[in-house]
Amino acid sequence: MINERNLPILATLLVFIMLYGFGMYQYQGFRDTLVFSNLLTDNAFLIITAIGMTFVILSGGIDLSVGSMIAFIGVLMAYLISNTGMHPLFAIGIALVVGVAFGAAMGVIIAFFEIQAFIVTLAGMFLFRGLAYLINLDAVPIDHPFIAGLYDIYVPLPGRGGLTFIAMAMLVLLALGILIARRTRFGMSVYALGGDSHSAALLGVPVKKTIIKIYALSGFYSAMSGVIFAIYTGSAYPLAAVGVELDAIAAVVIGGTLLTGGVGYVFGTFLGGMIQGIIQTLITFDGSLNSWWTKLAVGGLLLFFILLQKGIVVWVKKRSAS
Amino acid sequence: MKKNNFLHKHQKTLAPLLSLVLIILVTASITPGFLSIKIVDGHLFGSLLDILHRATPTALVALGMAVVIGTRGIDLSVGAVIAISGAVTAVLTVNTDFPVWLVILCALGTGVVCGLWNGILVSIFNIQPIVATLILMVAGRGIAQMITEGQIVTFHSDVLDAIGNGYFLAFPIRVWIAIGMIVLTVLVMRKTALGLFIEAVGANVRASRLVGIEARLLVLSAYVFSGFCAAMSGIILAADIRGADANNAGLWLELDAILAVVLAGASLAGGRIYLLLTIVGVLIIQTLTTAILTSGLPAQYNLVVKATIILAVLLIQSPKTRQWLSGFFSKNKNAGKSSTGKASTDKRSAKP
Repeated sequence: MINERNLPILATLLVFIMLYGFGMYQYQGFRDTLVFSNLLTDNAFLIITAIGMTFVILSGGIDLSVGSMIAFIGVLMAYLISNTGMHPLFAIGIALVVGVAFGAAMGVIIAFFEIQAFIVTLAGMFLFRGLAYLINLDAVPIDHPFIAGLYDIYVPLPGRGGLTFIAMAMLVLLALGILIARRTRFGMSVYALGGDSHSAALLGVPVKKTIIKIYALSGFYSAMSGVIFAIYTGSAYPLAAVGVELDAIAAVVIGGTLLTGGVGYVFGTFLGGMIQGIIQTLITFDGSLNSWWTKLAVGGLLLFFILLQKGIVVWVKKRSAS
Repeated sequence: MKKNNFLHKHQKTLAPLLSLVLIILVTASITPGFLSIKIVDGHLFGSLLDILHRATPTALVALGMAVVIGTRGIDLSVGAVIAISGAVTAVLTVNTDFPVWLVILCALGTGVVCGLWNGILVSIFNIQPIVATLILMVAGRGIAQMITEGQIVTFHSDVLDAIGNGYFLAFPIRVWIAIGMIVLTVLVMRKTALGLFIEAVGANVRASRLVGIEARLLVLSAYVFSGFCAAMSGIILAADIRGADANNAGLWLELDAILAVVLAGASLAGGRIYLLLTIVGVLIIQTLTTAILTSGLPAQYNLVVKATIILAVLLIQSPKTRQWLSGFFSKNKNAGKSSTGKASTDKRSAKP
């Protein structure tokens, strides 16, 4: 029998297949692998951010700072590369360390001062956006042969599609996320914390340490997303990725992760991000619909999945009560 | 110790007020003429008036937000509701020959409907407030764009112009509107049992249910009120620029509103809220913004300043910090003596 905990992710899979199937049925162009590989490339930064967010939400928290982090890391990278003449690889390394450090700092405040994650990361959201402005007020191009080289790496697939460096990086980070969630002690602690933090503490989960690591990990993933976003657009802009935190949360929820924490899969988040991409692609293919329909459709899906989760929770409670 | 009683008692009230005065004084010392108020054509003009003028939309939203936070909730959708109500105002003014009062009523009505939607999700479906209001935050701007059909709709109406930029008795009309709303809310929250009930629900839902408070209805009405306030703010913002901008109207306003409520000393964990101090919080934020603008720094610096202030306030407010500080001080006091007595009672009292 299907475990009720898996119902949300099965629903996610079903929605994904139905939307993709609808696209293939409706539009000739949708059947090409090009659409799929474009989905992977275009939504890479969103999915990478959402993977980090998955850990946060699994633990029962939330991270609103990710969108600003993407912009900040991009601007920082651009500054290091063009103003100090640093090799991009070093710049990326520094940017990632900064991302992890800021994430961990938020984790420390959440864990030790027991302030709600929501408001701490909200402050982080302001702070990173502001720091991005402090470095640079305008959009700047990142033109370095190394970055351009990364952008041009390409593994052709059958059909017209192909895997870009960006898509491959996303898939590697996805695999890494799945491994961390499923195969490490830290991953187990995250699930335990989201299930019931009191019992987790009693069972010997190092609660504070885990919380700090979770936000550091989210910092790492959003910083990585910032790097990918900078490579993807070839530029840095302090106003980049406004509202991505919401898209990332939506991807996690549509991916079947329970918002109360404890239940969900990193792979579901990948599907959730892809579903948002498919909706956008379908609307582009249609041509007569405006872009705001994307927002409405994503909002509708979000509602559907939240109600589904609620229904399942109530159902499970009733069953275990009787 | 006795001398400090007054200070101690009003510590929470004084802190935001003093910070406001401090910020105004510091700004005044940097910017000459900051405090000067001129009378032109019977209207008051000056930086301070400008702060009041600009603070009204945030103040209205913060009022609703405070009530929602009092019920242990949060309303992220206010920015989107502002966009929707602004869009309704603009489109109805341009496309129909509705009288202005009906247009305003319709716009306020949409705000109420939005609030009702949030409230139903939170109180009937028991969805966490952050998530429930997130849905409208994501979809709301889409709805607003659908209403305006993706355009920035500009309109002209004398009454709306007056609401946006008119004056009455030397003060901007929108300031009067905000004052009226504040007075009304404070009266309802403090002179009727409603305020007490709302705080009771925020402090402890189960206990309040046991004493017979209809918690669901109260929570629902808190969100409706927040939607109503946001709609009001949306009308003023649309009237101000004589147009509806679905993408940018009320952007980031939810954050300012939440910040104002927190600055006022309310706990996001529900319970006690401070309406008048929330307005002081709004004024602090607006003064900071104006101060940064007039000091010649790029406008974007106020994000870093705001973030630093939120973090500082949060850290000071955290019970943990107080616990540590009191532990630290009592340790120091008892350093020379036998340090058993006080420290151990501190620990015990801090536990629950």
